[in-house]
Amino acid sequence: MAQPLNYLKETASQTAGPYVHIGLIPGMAGFDIFEKNFSNVLVTPNTKGERITLEGRVLDGSGTPLRDVLLEIWQANAAGRYNHPADRSAGALDEDFRGWGRAGSDFDSGRITFETIKPGAITDKAGRKCAPHVNVWIVARGINIGLNTRLYFSDEEAANAADPVLNLIEQPVRRSTLIAERSERAGKVVYSFTINLQGPEETVFFDV
Amino acid sequence: MIAQAARIAAAQDATRLNRPEPFTPPLGDGGFFQRDRSIHPPAHAPGYKSSVLRSPRQSLLSLENSISEITGPVFGHNDLGPLDNDLIRNYAKDGDPIGERIIVHGRVMDETGRGVPNTLVEFWQANAGGRYRHKKDTYLAPVDPNFGGCGRALTDDSGYYYFRTIKPGPYPWRNYVNSWRPAHIHFSVFGSGFAQRLITQMYFEGDPLIPVCPILTTIPDKDAIDRLVAPLDLNASTPFDSLTYRFDIVLRGARSTYFENRPEGN
Repeated sequence: MAQPLNYLKETASQTAGPYVHIGLIPGMAGFDIFEKNFSNVLVTPNTKGERITLEGRVLDGSGTPLRDVLLEIWQANAAGRYNHPADRSAGALDEDFRGWGRAGSDFDSGRITFETIKPGAITDKAGRKCAPHVNVWIVARGINIGLNTRLYFSDEEAANAADPVLNLIEQPVRRSTLIAERSERAGKVVYSFTINLQGPEETVFFDV
Repeated sequence: MIAQAARIAAAQDATRLNRPEPFTPPLGDGGFFQRDRSIHPPAHAPGYKSSVLRSPRQSLLSLENSISEITGPVFGHNDLGPLDNDLIRNYAKDGDPIGERIIVHGRVMDETGRGVPNTLVEFWQANAGGRYRHKKDTYLAPVDPNFGGCGRALTDDSGYYYFRTIKPGPYPWRNYVNSWRPAHIHFSVFGSGFAQRLITQMYFEGDPLIPVCPILTTIPDKDAIDRLVAPLDLNASTPFDSLTYRFDIVLRGARSTYFENRPEGN
């Protein structure tokens, strides 16, 4: 008998339930408790980069928007660098940008928004340029383990076409499920996205 | 950097002495161990009815960890208030919350058993009657005016966390006509990279509702279910005040890379 290989096992995931707001965004649950709250606004007036709004919805298998879903996003700054010690790439850190935010969907419309900046392109460890993207994590009642996906930008066609992750998706038609559409509304840049949990337009989710 | 200097020195020695270079193991690339999906609930678990329309049906795309996954948000004490880990006090208006006072404590570790330091742990729960302070919860149990039901903590250098609260009550829900959730506390944990992000629930040793819960039984592995059940920790309990439960959380293992501000590993 060989020696035991004593790795621990990851703790099993459980659904965030319908009341995820209580712990993570209590203002949406209807009460004020923490002195400092996390939010869907990632920028301060001093943050460097192009201001954008990400606006979207998550649809279930019947096409109905989830009205109790929570999204978190994680992204690089305008120079393409993550605010984390493991990223030692060349771009400058921005003290006014943590790069992380969370948002619940509106209880009536299912609408989700983030106020952030457009991330710069990052370079992967093989030295390849990656198209600008935002990492997304999705939890809700009925989602047994958080779903990982990404948002890319519709005005980055050339970069998207060369992106190593988008090119891993075998079916070109499915790559479009990760592209947020750029538009301008009252002078503001808005990128719109739809995440489909099921169906012919099912979003590509990642096993990271 | 120290490891790299040692490697260069060894290579120079090998050249000088005309010997083959010694083997050195590859440096970790900072990626995480592959996730063992067999201990997690599948997305589509029809016994838990809410999962039926909310579960992806296509295969997930396997993605080698890149800088986007091995990095994640960094939190500090500035993000927390002084009462954030005391659910008995952090919403009290004119007295103590109703219910059984408890302490929950434990360690956040990775799969190699290393503590995950300075990481954010958030928790939320129902009150002693099984009612959430949430505008969408309409269960007939009363809302407790002195209980908010949420808190958060940063782990210390060894990954240890603790908080004080009221033991939550079980409550009914519309899965089967007569479905009841075991008493539980929701946990949200970050770790050092976004790929370690995890939401789970802690249950209480001895609860008879555990084996019949449609959400818990989405987990196919009995041992993985047992690891969500916190034992009563009488040694850590406070006489004439609070019983204590111990709940350790394991995040994905890290193939460690060297960080100057975290020389013990990530």
